[in-house]
Amino acid sequence: MERYTGKSVFGGVAIGKLFLYEKDEHQVKRVKTEDNDAEKQRYYKAVETAMEELQKLHDKALKEVGEANAAIFEIHQMMLEDDDYKESVEHIIDSQMVNAEYAIAQTGDNFAQMFSAMDDEYMRGRAADVKDITERLLSVLSGDSQSGINSDEPVIMVADDLAPSETVQMDKSKILSFVTVKGSVNSHTAILARTMGIPALIGSDIKLDKSINGRQGIVDGTNGCIYIDPDEETLERMKKEMRKEQEKKELLQTLKGKEDVTLDGKKIKLYANIGNIRDLANVINNDAAGIGLFRSEFIYLERDTFPTEEEQFAIYRTVAESMAGKQVIIRTLDIGADKQCDYFGLDKEDNPAMGLRAIRICLTRPEIFKTQLRALYRASAFGNISIMYPMITGVKEVDRIKEIEIEVKAELDSQGIEYGNPQTGIMIETPAAVIVSRELAKKVDFFSIGTNDLTQYTLAIDRQNTKLDDFYDPHHPAILAMIKMVADSAHAEGIWVGICGELGGDLNLTKEFLKMGIDELSVSAGKILSVRKVIRETNICEL
Amino acid sequence: MKNFNYTITDSEGIHARPAGELVKAAKEFNSKITLTKDGKSGDCKKIFGIMALAVKCGDEVTITIEGDDEDAAFEKISEFMKDNM
Repeated sequence: MERYTGKSVFGGVAIGKLFLYEKDEHQVKRVKTEDNDAEKQRYYKAVETAMEELQKLHDKALKEVGEANAAIFEIHQMMLEDDDYKESVEHIIDSQMVNAEYAIAQTGDNFAQMFSAMDDEYMRGRAADVKDITERLLSVLSGDSQSGINSDEPVIMVADDLAPSETVQMDKSKILSFVTVKGSVNSHTAILARTMGIPALIGSDIKLDKSINGRQGIVDGTNGCIYIDPDEETLERMKKEMRKEQEKKELLQTLKGKEDVTLDGKKIKLYANIGNIRDLANVINNDAAGIGLFRSEFIYLERDTFPTEEEQFAIYRTVAESMAGKQVIIRTLDIGADKQCDYFGLDKEDNPAMGLRAIRICLTRPEIFKTQLRALYRASAFGNISIMYPMITGVKEVDRIKEIEIEVKAELDSQGIEYGNPQTGIMIETPAAVIVSRELAKKVDFFSIGTNDLTQYTLAIDRQNTKLDDFYDPHHPAILAMIKMVADSAHAEGIWVGICGELGGDLNLTKEFLKMGIDELSVSAGKILSVRKVIRETNICEL
Repeated sequence: MKNFNYTITDSEGIHARPAGELVKAAKEFNSKITLTKDGKSGDCKKIFGIMALAVKCGDEVTITIEGDDEDAAFEKISEFMKDNM
């Protein structure tokens, strides 16, 4: 077994035969000519043919990889028609009385060198584009077509580097993976691999030797390695990994874009939990219908001073705009207990889980709370933002929050600052809130049950203490009874209720929750599609 | 002759795609349209010339337009730069 590494541009596993792709670089001879006009005509004719080829490639790429990636072929057309390039070719033919091939190759080299010498990485990469159009002209003149994959089965494509025109021309159904020695994360190969969703490595140390042709290979795109002639153990491990990936992919294929609705027609809000703005891509990729829990504390935890209103506003606005009208539920600061932040200057507590945390900090230090609320209200003018308050134990806290909301809105009004009309809800994560949930439901627009804290407080078990794992039963009947009680209270007062804790994504309980009448499930982005599958297979009436 | 200064705000600078778009826009006019950065100039109708200037985000460039349709070109190109760069 041989093992090489590379920089991964897309995860996943590919197992198959290796195929070494070699360009047939045109060996250009300098040939003297008497008839320079004829050579120029040959050049013009070649440009014309190449323009047509590029148009076809552009149309093909448009269908396969989308407009943004197809644009490169338009750029190639412009490069072919560029006056400087053209004048250089004409000048070489005329002044040296040589063949078109030589003039084109010479011009291509000069222009490629100009790009290679630039100090900008992106521009250096463009030398490949110049070489690509030059090779294309030479191919047209020599009359041979560019080489393809001469294998009947799909292969792992190994190459020094791949030009965009080469990758687009390849039969995609024959490619399991790309491995290149050169190339950057922004190269066309990398972009194509990501669009095709196949594992790919660039900057690999693999040896480009014909002897690898036809041998078995495994590309582990997740860990950035490639194996040649893998041993039994590696092969088994990778096959298992690949099956997992495959299942995920199939789920994605069949369930993406589908509604979250049960067989008997109840629509469920299937949302994603996020802890950081960086998670947004994952939310969109996994097709979540909204964000059910945006843990705003990351804004506070990743720094040394309080985030300003403007900084927070920019983040909330980005999230709201990225989700394009879908609901985004932002939970106000939940700091304290296991999430500590030095600049808050909080005292050390003997029992922090039951100490000054979350809404308790906000109500004790309203200046911190108001800054966040102002940012949230302002951002709500740019999308469908809802505000959610954590660690509520009773009506008094909600009343105090409502007063502060009114103060914040009055301040914004007096300053003439625009804001939206966000829904407001609370987390139900203390047994007290469960017991008084009917009263709480009269005051807010929605409930979201935080099962992690609810379980820890109900079972009196510290989540961080691993010695208690045997006693920790997340499916404890008390918890399920509480969830049912909260759902009933919510519905009796005409508001919706969701679950945003770990249990929300527990597939063993999904049906149970649907039976209780839970309206929303907010889970980690990676779980969206598996939960969607269960929802779509459930008939609530029959439960 | 008309000219204007513009500071590039696109985070990628004038990379291949916007350079291509600029060439397309410039080719609609007869006027000679030149882009100058740090004393180096490129013809806006030639993609290699524009890319060779390696214009980055934050760079200030000067566009000079000279010819019989310079007024129309001025309007279109300045509009184009604001929207795309």
